[in-house]
Amino acid sequence: MSDYNFAYLDEQTKRMIRRAILKGVAVPGYQVPFASREMPMPYGWGTGGVQVTAACLMPSDRLKVIDQGADDTTNAVSIRRFFQRTADVAVTSHTHEATLIQTRHRIPEAPLREGQILVYQVPIPEPLRFLEPRETETRRMHALEDYGLMHVKLYEDIARNGTIATSYAYPVMVAGRYVMDPSPIPKFDNPKLSGSPALQLFGAGREQRIYAVPPYTGVVSLDFEDHPFEASKAPHACDLCGDDGSYLDEVITDDRGGRMFVCSDTDHCDCRQKAGHRGRLAMPETVQ
Amino acid sequence: MTPQTPLLSVRGITRNYGARIGCADVSFDLWPGEVMGIVGESGSGKSTLLSCIAGHLTPDTGSLIYDTRADGPRDVLAMPEPERRMLGRTDWAFVHQNPRDGLRMGVSAGGNVGERLMAVGARHYGDIRAQATDWLERVEIDAGRIDDRPRQFSGGMQQRLQIARNLVTAPRLIFMDEPTGGLDVSVQARLLDLLRGLVRQMGLSAVIVTHDLAVVRLLADRIMVMKDGRVVEAGLTDQVLDDPQHAYTQLLVSSVLQV
Ligand SMILES: Nc1ncnc2c1ncn2[C@@H]1O[C@H](COP(=O)(O)OP(=O)(O)O)[C@@H](O)[C@H]1O
Ligand SMILES: [Mg+2]
Repeated sequence: MSDYNFAYLDEQTKRMIRRAILKGVAVPGYQVPFASREMPMPYGWGTGGVQVTAACLMPSDRLKVIDQGADDTTNAVSIRRFFQRTADVAVTSHTHEATLIQTRHRIPEAPLREGQILVYQVPIPEPLRFLEPRETETRRMHALEDYGLMHVKLYEDIARNGTIATSYAYPVMVAGRYVMDPSPIPKFDNPKLSGSPALQLFGAGREQRIYAVPPYTGVVSLDFEDHPFEASKAPHACDLCGDDGSYLDEVITDDRGGRMFVCSDTDHCDCRQKAGHRGRLAMPETVQ
Repeated sequence: MTPQTPLLSVRGITRNYGARIGCADVSFDLWPGEVMGIVGESGSGKSTLLSCIAGHLTPDTGSLIYDTRADGPRDVLAMPEPERRMLGRTDWAFVHQNPRDGLRMGVSAGGNVGERLMAVGARHYGDIRAQATDWLERVEIDAGRIDDRPRQFSGGMQQRLQIARNLVTAPRLIFMDEPTGGLDVSVQARLLDLLRGLVRQMGLSAVIVTHDLAVVRLLADRIMVMKDGRVVEAGLTDQVLDDPQHAYTQLLVSSVLQV
């Protein structure tokens, strides 16, 4: 195949990205600027994550790519194929087998371990952007730990909805220093950001930012004393595997209001079903 | 019973824009509880001076000594930025002429008032909201408007909201740049009454910039008259306005009387 360098990007570019990653690891939660490259896919497809993955991949890696928890969406499939073609790495859908996982919008249910890298695709890295559009000002706010505005956002949420309605991209404080946007993962996943044995890297392609949460780093979700953070999910069990502790997607099954809840993490759900767990709507013929 | 230390000592503040003079060699003391008016025609350097004092502009030369609560007199210009910023949102207040510059237009009235509280660590929603409600009432805004955005407010209400947002941390010093500038005369009068009441109740010290001599007549204990970036006359408000010494002040006063 080799019209491309290993993992598509040239070594010079990968070195530049690795320097940004190292800086991000050294200053957890800090947004490091980097010179984002054109990738042979549109921005919405996670070019930031793809570049971080390209800079981290080694021939011995085993790659997993998920989109909203699923390994088989168009986005996940094409990114996985991209690295199979350009890096010839092994791939897997099993979280525990993967050495590097690129993700959009979820953290896998299975606990991560030391040595694994989780790469997040980030659309908007700046958590203060919502209320302060000026980049010069948000940078100064980070530099001076001037984060009152973050709570103004949560205040507005409660004033409008009676409760903190933010359910995705819920802002966090990393290592007691930098406020960070964890990318649009559901707030259900926020607790998994904290103290993870895996290295977590975040890449924003269009916005040209990389940031990191090194292994075993404390990550706290912002809240008010009288409106504490809650990692909520739909109050159901998975209709396929019966898990009542995993994050669920609601699926409409017919035009008469029929619906079911299934794990958003397809690998997690498959593994449980293979192990014999059954939910409310699991196929009868496969019941042992 | 005069206090021993001025709240703010301004010494030799100069700020140029290239070859053009913004303000030149301005010095004065502001005593606790005192309101200082700065008057002069458009372009005389009032806003430049106020911005330099309030920390929005860095002066070319000069010093600013502020009597801090914790450590007594400190050189504000030599403070590290985090400390200066903290001062700016706790012990100091700034009311802009244009409410758009002093409010977050996309945030509710309650959020606008609560921001300074949250910036200094308030983390109890109920308490923040109670204080915001209290302050809206103090500036005569119906507490029922707490969740409305400033866009839905009249000019006078926006200005009163800006004042509430600034005073919620109980500052000791408030800077105002033409606070009644864009308002109708009747609305101006109400705002001035409100300001005068708050300044007295809270024992606030203030530096107020205006081209409107009626405003300083009502609010200021002392005034400084500026022309071409320099102070040409200073003194007790009534003395200066009733018996102006400098030809320029005489002109200012007489042009007001002609209106
Ligand atoms: N940003 C700026 N750049 C260049 N010149 C300025 C700027 N701001 C003010 N000036 C000039 O400085 C002088 C004082 O202006 P200013 O402080 O705004 O006066 P005032 O508030 O009394 O109207 C004027 O000559 C004005 O044109
Ligand atoms: Mg001005």
